[in-house]
Amino acid sequence: MTFSLGVLLDARSFDADEWVRLATLADEARLDYVTIEDTFGSDPARPEASLVAARLAPVTRHVGLVPVLTTTHTEPFHLSTALATVDWVSRGRGGWQVRVSGRPEEAKLLGRRSSLPAEELFAEAADVVEVVRRLWDSWQDDAIIADVATGRFIDRDRLHYIDFEGKYFSVRGPSIVPRPPQGQLPVFALAHTAEVHEFATRVADVVIVTPAPGALELPGVADVVFSPGAAIESDAHVHTGSVGELADLLAGWHTLGATGARVRAGDHLEAVTGELVPLLRERGLFEPRGGTLRERLGLPTATNRYVQEARVA
Amino acid sequence: MPKQVILAAHFPGVNNTTVWSDPAAGSQIDFASFEHLARTAERGKFDFFFLAEGLALREQRGRIHDLDVVGRPDTLTVLSALAAVTTHLGLAGTLNATFHEPYELARQLATLDHLSGGRAAWNVVTSSGPFFGANFRRGGFLPYEKRYERAGEFIRTAKELWDTGGGEFAHRGDQFDIEGRFGIPRSPQGYPVILQAGDSDGGRELAAANADAVFSRHHQLEDAQEFYRDIKGRLPRYGRTPESLKIIPGVSFVLGDTDADAAEKAHHIRRQQVSPQTAILLLEQVWNRDLSAYDAEGPLPDVDPLDGETTIIQGRAGQFADRLDTAAEWRARAEQKNLSIRELIIEVTGRQNFIGTPERVASSLNEYVQTDACDGFILVPHLTPGGLDEFVDTVVPLLQERGVLRTDYETTTLRGHLGLA
Ligand SMILES: Cc1cc2nc3c(=O)[nH]c(=O)nc-3n(C[C@H](O)[C@H](O)[C@H](O)COP(=O)(O)O)c2cc1C
Repeated sequence: MTFSLGVLLDARSFDADEWVRLATLADEARLDYVTIEDTFGSDPARPEASLVAARLAPVTRHVGLVPVLTTTHTEPFHLSTALATVDWVSRGRGGWQVRVSGRPEEAKLLGRRSSLPAEELFAEAADVVEVVRRLWDSWQDDAIIADVATGRFIDRDRLHYIDFEGKYFSVRGPSIVPRPPQGQLPVFALAHTAEVHEFATRVADVVIVTPAPGALELPGVADVVFSPGAAIESDAHVHTGSVGELADLLAGWHTLGATGARVRAGDHLEAVTGELVPLLRERGLFEPRGGTLRERLGLPTATNRYVQEARVA
Repeated sequence: MPKQVILAAHFPGVNNTTVWSDPAAGSQIDFASFEHLARTAERGKFDFFFLAEGLALREQRGRIHDLDVVGRPDTLTVLSALAAVTTHLGLAGTLNATFHEPYELARQLATLDHLSGGRAAWNVVTSSGPFFGANFRRGGFLPYEKRYERAGEFIRTAKELWDTGGGEFAHRGDQFDIEGRFGIPRSPQGYPVILQAGDSDGGRELAAANADAVFSRHHQLEDAQEFYRDIKGRLPRYGRTPESLKIIPGVSFVLGDTDADAAEKAHHIRRQQVSPQTAILLLEQVWNRDLSAYDAEGPLPDVDPLDGETTIIQGRAGQFADRLDTAAEWRARAEQKNLSIRELIIEVTGRQNFIGTPERVASSLNEYVQTDACDGFILVPHLTPGGLDEFVDTVVPLLQERGVLRTDYETTTLRGHLGLA
């Protein structure tokens, strides 16, 4: 079974070179992906994550690029086209970590409505993910025909209005961006509490869980903070021991059913890429893989919902 | 010293100017195409790369328009990727002030400016009505006459946010009532370069008040000079100098070994741009009725145009004004010269602007700039991605010889290249 390995990047730097340095470490170590931390309110201050992901795409070759983008105050249409474009510029290495933004300060940045209660935030997020996914499918892979005889560049029967109507918004489609190389980018979601876990397992391809004694919500990707020697507060599991002990821990979780690990390495990224990765490779737990991010994560080829519909009809 | 010629490279757009049927036409969506055009422009020491944007696919008679190239990447995302493969070239994107929000867009533009080392530019466009709105939360919320009110307040608000250097802001206005912490420290340019591409009086005032450059449609010499005087004449009211606002029309070009060779190529390209199907469609925009039964290689329809609201095409900038007059004029012209529908459409719609040897094209471009028809050009190639190669190889050196185009970048930011404060 595949055990995927990713790291969380949170450079908080506005200097592209610093991001390139970190992404290069991850890329050369053949990690499966980096998640790029962000919040809608940019607190603490961070560059916008989808643009960081795009900036890193041409200077990396293997690593998946998974920006955090919020569903709460944003336009589903823009999210869908931005993420599809991350996938185009990285040639199939894009992903999306979904986040909601519930803080009243964040609502005031937009100024159109007050903040929503938690259950509404997740109901809206589920609708946003649905719209984003439909828009990705709204162009069939074979939509471009460039047929000189009939003068047609596209076969418009292979483009689809998505006609989404929900409680929070409606979106007509189709997308303005052709279907991304992966068809569907892998969607990541954190599941650190029971309430969020329900949402994450429903909408996401990759559920990131916090392993705790007796309460490992598996299957899922285990979220672990690597903070050698210094205990810190986190919603993820905090590991303060050595790299060797971290490798033991991950191996243990793997036997319990974890499908991978996302390491929040902070200033210790080089210990992860230079020491942890070789240790895991020795143990046969981790292997460099090629291909799209979906392939590396062991996800099946994404079928297009509208093609299936067309076949049934 | 003569005025310098500003040059920008427009990625070929989603209209019939872009030829997809040529064997040399490449992908309109693969990143390699964007990289090729951007690197070519940077090799030619261009000021910036330019992307247009439309927030819904064009439609004709209620169905998706299928004759032209369509499908492009998200503007800011692809520009950020291009920042990785270029070092000096400005990166300009069209973004709609109606369907973005100031906090979010100001944050993204400041991010792009940081990640590109000071090369970001925003071409501010507006829209109203339900066509784009159907893809967004608020639908067609903005009345037509409010579009520049929102755009103007949007730009002013964005500048307030950029001015915080990442700190607290509060903006209370008719269009936006927002507050909080911006979060993004001051970017290398302070403000990304602001371009404006609307032509009405409201659009021109918006440019005079807020923009660093105007992307214009005026490319006939006298018309361009008049537009230039009009825009620059509005600046003193805003306490601005003529040099603080650049006027840059979008133009096309065809090069050849001789002028005759170039003219022949230009005609060939026009035939590629106006396929039989496209000819009928463009005619339908004037006739405002279904003409699919007519043969594009045959004579013009004997029926008259239908009056009333045009239903033929949505999502396209620019409409034909008085359809009955236009139809009469076209019929007369076709009869007199014995032109088929297709030949007529080739004649009356968008002939290329600069046609000739590299020497002729270089001198014409330079003449436009030196006679205050414009400050430079946004070049629109007809082919993706190689449509600018020949221009950079042959015309750029001639402009450099004349001392009107840099032989190397002297600054690192787009504001620096354009000589803007
Ligand atoms: C040269 C030029 C380029 C334009 N490019 C775009 C574009 O890429 N996307 C868009 O939505 N509108 C575009 N527009 C439309 C303008 O933003 C504006 O909506 C339109 O011109 C109507 O405004 P007006 O009444 O001030 O002319 C363009 C306009 C001009 C003149």
